Amino acid sequence: MSADPNETWNASGFLHVSPESKRPYAADVLESLHADAAEIIARYPQKRSALLPLLHLVQSVDGYVSGRGVSFCAEVLDLTTAEVSGVATFYTQYKRHPNGEYTVGVCTNTLCAIMGGDQIWDTVSEHLGVGHDETTGDGKITLERIECNAACDYAPVVMTNWEFFDNQTPDSTVKLVDDLRAGKQVAPTRGPSRVCTFKEVSRVLAGFDDGLADEGVGAGPASLLGLRIAKDNGWVAPEGGDSAGSGTASSTDRKDGSQ
Amino acid sequence: MTDTLTPILTKFWDDPQSWTLATYEKHDGYKALRKALGMKPEEVLGAVKDSNIRGRGGAGFPTGMKWSFMSPPDGGPRYLVVNADESEPGTCKDVPLMMANPHSLIEGVAISSYAIGCEHAFIYLRGEVVHVYRRLLRAVEEARAAGYLGDNVAGSGVKVEITVHAGAGAYICGEETALLDSLEGRRGQPRLKPPFPGAAGLYARPTSVNNVESIASVPGIILEGSDWFKGMGTEKSTGFGIFSLSGHVTNPGQFEAPLGITMRELIDLAGGMRGGRKLKFWTPGGSSTPIFTEEHLDVPLDFDSVAAAGSMLGTRALQVFDETVSVVRAVSRWTDFYAHESCGKCTPCREGTWWLRQIMTRIENGQGTQDDIDKLLDICDNILGRSFCALGDAATSPITSAVKYFREEFEIGMHTPAHVLFPPERSVLFDVNTKESSGMVSA
Repeated sequence: MSADPNETWNASGFLHVSPESKRPYAADVLESLHADAAEIIARYPQKRSALLPLLHLVQSVDGYVSGRGVSFCAEVLDLTTAEVSGVATFYTQYKRHPNGEYTVGVCTNTLCAIMGGDQIWDTVSEHLGVGHDETTGDGKITLERIECNAACDYAPVVMTNWEFFDNQTPDSTVKLVDDLRAGKQVAPTRGPSRVCTFKEVSRVLAGFDDGLADEGVGAGPASLLGLRIAKDNGWVAPEGGDSAGSGTASSTDRKDGSQ
Repeated sequence: MTDTLTPILTKFWDDPQSWTLATYEKHDGYKALRKALGMKPEEVLGAVKDSNIRGRGGAGFPTGMKWSFMSPPDGGPRYLVVNADESEPGTCKDVPLMMANPHSLIEGVAISSYAIGCEHAFIYLRGEVVHVYRRLLRAVEEARAAGYLGDNVAGSGVKVEITVHAGAGAYICGEETALLDSLEGRRGQPRLKPPFPGAAGLYARPTSVNNVESIASVPGIILEGSDWFKGMGTEKSTGFGIFSLSGHVTNPGQFEAPLGITMRELIDLAGGMRGGRKLKFWTPGGSSTPIFTEEHLDVPLDFDSVAAAGSMLGTRALQVFDETVSVVRAVSRWTDFYAHESCGKCTPCREGTWWLRQIMTRIENGQGTQDDIDKLLDICDNILGRSFCALGDAATSPITSAVKYFREEFEIGMHTPAHVLFPPERSVLFDVNTKESSGMVSA
């Protein structure tokens, strides 16, 4: 192994710390980082709890967990850089090298994979010419194979910067990445009216509201399926003690009900 | 008799702007909080206990009992932590709930915090659902502005604050003690128990970690009464729950029903199997629960009936696979998942899932050896019950149950790849040939 201090680490399991990533923050950037960090720390009874949001904050500035970002977190939380790196390397959302403007994650866990996620992955990976956790040459898209993202009723699912793109096909996903690379505005199926950049979304994940909560739908069609069927059939929950009318009939009839 | 479906938490998901405080208040929102504040905390706890609600996060431990097991107040802080790390493969109930109706959770947190003497509660949301995070942040802000949170909740003098915290991608953080370590700013690795979180949880203080749906069900229990809640479901699995159907049914989706509904009824509601194909296997509660087959379609989906039939109700994550699917391929992919998500803390899980993955991969590729099935089962036996937390146990469930019902497919894996036996394109939900050719055109 080389002892060259300038050598960069690319191997999985290490933070990729290029010399650039150690360059000090500009004074104004550092000042706003400190202001944001103070706000994050104030949310918790003990300041170490602020580490996960602080790492999201670092990504909102640097686009990945940089060496200087690790040092910054260590400094404001009174931790060692080893402790911060140990946390940063544990979680898949923290990127060890500069991330693209958009993370496109194709769910290839069992259900999505079988419903078509594998075909989507193969097509998009070939189309972009990049594999898992690799970024296109224009710096626009980092492609990922992701695990279950809690939208199985919309399989196959693709996430773009952690917004939902439901019921995808190889075609629709190729169009999605082409639009993103062309700089077109892209809207998720369930989410705000446009997909924000990786840095913008990282700032939200650090707990800073971007004012987009009221955009988009409350629920997609699959989420509403049971409700719609219940309404069609006149099915409702029993009335309770505090509701108008008597709810006792429905509850006493239940146990002897011959279903 | 209770209706087949009972929309309660899902009742107004179709309202325009269903997530706002105005919509929630229109549907009796925060009435339960006012009612609870007029009761003593122990009466609120008693009502939840009396409802017999069992945890909706998978394990099914009674929520009220969990609260009552917390160490008695000693003047120091006590915490409620909501587990919103929904990551179990197949599970997709909490995320749509928080997106469409976040205030049901916020009100539940306020009431539950009052019941257990917590002044600062946390919602630990997985980081990969950014719009849900926006909705929760906004809901907390609205609730605080309306006086439902803060130093003087609804003028009662009670203090409840909520911090909504985003994780950063790690399935293991759904395990309650790993979640607590993560919330403390550490790697999300499980803790040795005892001490249980009720004695020493967040910051080593008495803590209750509860699932989103459990806490969101609390306002209904307080407002309508525990008898109302017990009027639904079965004697030992009371109340209602959201059942999530995914996969090869005609119409996948969410169905809120009393516990005890059957898979046959649910598949029927979902429009039957896709294209009239035959059901092959399904999970009752996510990938960590042993698979079921057609013979289990009439098992009541409640905690005890599912357990008696050899699986677990889990999170009611009903993933449906039809006859086109290779069970070996499905299990192999789940095994990849557990190996990827094993936190590395304990040897049986860290090493065992790695070996399971090697063997499952070669069986999937038709390169299994004569003794691979026995080896798989032997490794599972060495992981199950010997791992630090439930992740290791979970990794064995799909394998042992699939070998039990479909052993011959594993045997075929000694010479024939899964994709030859079950061409994957027959399982996908779109037309592969046209999609692939058009994909090439745009390439």
